[in-house]
Amino acid sequence: MLKTQNNKAWFLVLPVLLLVGFSAILPLMTVVNYAFNDTFGNNAFFWVGLEWFRDVIRSERMHDALQRQLIFSAIILAIEIPLGIAIALTLPKRGVWASLTLVLLALPLLIPWNVVGTIWQLFTRIDIGLLGSTLAALGVDFNLGRDAIDAWATLIVMDVWHWTSLVTLLCYAGLQSIPEAYYQAGRIDQASRWAVFRYIELPKMQGVLLIAVLLRFMDSFMIYTEPFVVTGGGPGSTTTFLSVDLVKMAIGQFDLGPAAAFSLMYFLVILLISWVFYTVMTNLDQEKEEVPE
Amino acid sequence: MLELQGVSKIVAGKPHINATDVTFQKGTMNVLLGPTSAGKTSLMRLMAGLDRPSTGKVFWNGKDVTGQRVQDRRIAMVYQQFINYPSMNVYDNIASPLRLAGRDRSEIDRRVRETAAMLQLTPLLDRMPLELSGGQQQRCALARALVKDAGLVLLDEPLANLDYKLREELRDEIPRIFRESGAIFVYATTEPEEALLLGGNTACLWEGRVTQFGPATEVYRHPIDTTTARVFSDPPMNFSACTKAGDTLTFEVGAKVAAGGNLSAIRDGDYVAGFRANHLRFEKPNGPALELKCQLVASEITGSETFLHVRQGTSRWVALVHGIHHLTDGTDVSLWLSTAHFHLFDTHGQLAVQAAYAAAA
Amino acid sequence: MAKITLSNLAHTYFPYPRGEQDYALKTIDLTWDDGGAYALLGASGCGKSTLLNLISGLRRPSQGRILFGDGDVTDAPTAERNIAQVFQFPVVYDTMTVRENLAFPLRNRGMKKDYIQSRVDQVAQMIGMEDTLSRKARGLTADAKQKISLGRGMVREDVNAILFDEPLTVIDPHLKWELRTQLKKLHQDFGHTMIYVTHDQTEALTFADKVVVMHDGRIVQVGTPEELFERPAHTFVGYFIGSPGMNLLDAVIDSDVARIGEHKVPLGGTFGPLTGRTQIGIRPEHVTVSRTGGLPATILRVDDVGRHRILRAEVAGAPVAVVLPEGAELPADSCRLIFQPEKIGVFADDWRMAPEHPKDRSGS
Repeated sequence: MLKTQNNKAWFLVLPVLLLVGFSAILPLMTVVNYAFNDTFGNNAFFWVGLEWFRDVIRSERMHDALQRQLIFSAIILAIEIPLGIAIALTLPKRGVWASLTLVLLALPLLIPWNVVGTIWQLFTRIDIGLLGSTLAALGVDFNLGRDAIDAWATLIVMDVWHWTSLVTLLCYAGLQSIPEAYYQAGRIDQASRWAVFRYIELPKMQGVLLIAVLLRFMDSFMIYTEPFVVTGGGPGSTTTFLSVDLVKMAIGQFDLGPAAAFSLMYFLVILLISWVFYTVMTNLDQEKEEVPE
Repeated sequence: MLELQGVSKIVAGKPHINATDVTFQKGTMNVLLGPTSAGKTSLMRLMAGLDRPSTGKVFWNGKDVTGQRVQDRRIAMVYQQFINYPSMNVYDNIASPLRLAGRDRSEIDRRVRETAAMLQLTPLLDRMPLELSGGQQQRCALARALVKDAGLVLLDEPLANLDYKLREELRDEIPRIFRESGAIFVYATTEPEEALLLGGNTACLWEGRVTQFGPATEVYRHPIDTTTARVFSDPPMNFSACTKAGDTLTFEVGAKVAAGGNLSAIRDGDYVAGFRANHLRFEKPNGPALELKCQLVASEITGSETFLHVRQGTSRWVALVHGIHHLTDGTDVSLWLSTAHFHLFDTHGQLAVQAAYAAAA
Repeated sequence: MAKITLSNLAHTYFPYPRGEQDYALKTIDLTWDDGGAYALLGASGCGKSTLLNLISGLRRPSQGRILFGDGDVTDAPTAERNIAQVFQFPVVYDTMTVRENLAFPLRNRGMKKDYIQSRVDQVAQMIGMEDTLSRKARGLTADAKQKISLGRGMVREDVNAILFDEPLTVIDPHLKWELRTQLKKLHQDFGHTMIYVTHDQTEALTFADKVVVMHDGRIVQVGTPEELFERPAHTFVGYFIGSPGMNLLDAVIDSDVARIGEHKVPLGGTFGPLTGRTQIGIRPEHVTVSRTGGLPATILRVDDVGRHRILRAEVAGAPVAVVLPEGAELPADSCRLIFQPEKIGVFADDWRMAPEHPKDRSGS
């Protein structure tokens, strides 16, 4: 933490700031522009104020998508966080096996989203997919193109497969930082396995769990590629999540105004929920007194 | 010469360092003594230029260096943790600051060997840091700090992680190394004994304030207030409230003595007497003395001496007496304190009368 | 509570040790009496932590047995040994209150609620934390946390022993005094067997009734603080105990005198012929400065440590430290030193030799 106060550092950050300005802020301004105007092409804009926003908020389609999205994120978090912790707890602490399992665990994280989607799309096909054909052979009527529950199940299993490792790796890092003396004290105090987890491991993992929850929430709330590839939002609109809907609206129907308003609200909602998560979880941690030096 | 003028550091509205004026002369050993979070590290960071002071200025040889980058100043720092490059051997570790400075090969070699000899590292030059004992690792870190000929060497509790006996040895070596280097040394510690053994000057720190600064033995014998007395005392300084009326000094705990000598000069009123553990005796000393009748709480034997933890009313004191005394806890003991051996502080904690023994020393 | 017996105990971290040099702990036999206060003293790497881990059950010894009372616990896991341990860095359950922390070992053992309540109150009072019981442990100072770990060790009445692993490392000097006395008091009031591991001689001597000094995987001496100070069995004990440690000088022992170069030093007894490297040892506290008699010495420097001064001198090329009491007169740059004859120890190949005939009045 050797920190000198020196304003020259700002010059070094300047190129990055410019780049961010061009790549993020300018497009965002375009979106803002679309959200408050209507256009009939030819760059002719009419000011419509908050009308698009009103439309989107009142739209049932949007409500449904939001509901689906919240349920999806909730299920994802409810499975991935406990599962990730559980796997981290069972991992070997050191040695060759530790490194090997870590590498294996990290593999799914390295695969691009659309590839993951394609893999699972093929995997679950009844005709050629290993899973799909096995299920069919077992007499299970599995068809994600027809059955909403099958589609949801596939998406959830796929996301769990793809992202649980992230939670595991973060928790593993947190667990590694617990000094051996704590476990020894637990043994001496005859703490049960559950008590060791509850009073030693969980408090020490709190920080990394906050990060894990935030990352997984934001990511799952913005999920697009995988459902687009696997189910295409179907059957019907049962797996049409917010971003899938947004793309349909903007590119499918070319309703740029509502889509722009939608995406702005989307952005704000994610920001808001993340902030709530963050403050709630850091407040849990706030009894720590600051000790200088 | 390093000079701090009204330097303070305020973090999030809380003063970590109150306005401090202190001057370290060229070629001096200066100890910052104070308990954990008294501000020793914060003050060092300000000296080094790692932090910018909230107010005040830092001068180096008369030149204002406030806000100058630490890289641009000739400063070396040694920490409590043994910080070396783990993948380099001792020789390369010591050579690293010189290589960064772009010195030529022969000069580097000469300086590394000189410094290694000074720190008794010569036989270990080919070893890797992790193969060394804690004391050797810290010596390597010291060598790296010294080799670059820094004008200011900051040592932040460098011996805290070492074994007691190793500490004793390095404590012996550090003043010698310091004399050979000719730099300003600033050394932070929580241990009064260390401040005395290192010699040089001692600055007592308490809650971000330098309470007293001067030659170590002088600060030890002539504390100007109760805070300094408390910080610079191990075992802790004993205190007892007393009242002076006319020519008698009456202690809260019952004893009375004639307020003769330098005690006669002060005004009547309430005072606090401060005295050290080793000045309490079982036998009545020559000259005027007061008898403290107290109850033994616990006793500890060190091999040749005995620490007595005693209590009277709400007062708790520690006495260090010669010889081995096996006493049952809870028994009544009678301890003597010569009037020459206590300082008197006023009710604000400021020194009113110095103990006669200290005034004579 | 129980007596602890270590029988023929040894430990190595190598699966196939090639010999004694591979043993972190060489064969030891030792008995710790029920209710005693013991210290294990030695430099880092001397095997004291290994020994502690064997007693706590963290490691299984390569050889030998450990008995608690009459029961063999060599293969028993930590939880079954009924011991408590206080670590170097305070180990507290951060999310629990102080009360919950203290109650934790009792609750895990299914004690009754009323009993837990009253026992925790009692222990909290002993460690002086009765006012902070409902606070969260997180955010307390290091010494308060260390008191909690101490209290957690005390709270069970049935513990066989309480082990301390350098418990005052992170505590400021002033608070060390307070915690040390508290520990003493707790030992008296509860009567647990306590084993205190440290590298700090002051801590070991002030805490323990008996100190076990370890060096290079071996026990070199077990004794009271007074014995270790007055009659160290090994030069390492002489060096390690005391600050500064014992002065050791190579000497030729000739009956009741030691010859250092051409100088003669009278001894406190007569010694038979000794083999190996012979040395005499004298504590800095037992050397007096004289104008007339004694060994001629050159003064190198004087360290003022406040309550006394330490004179660093050289006698026949060997360093000698002398403790000068406060107010003692300071000699000029050379002086003569007298070693109190009955305080001189004679060592052959580092081990203390007993005189054949002690002189009258002599201590040993």
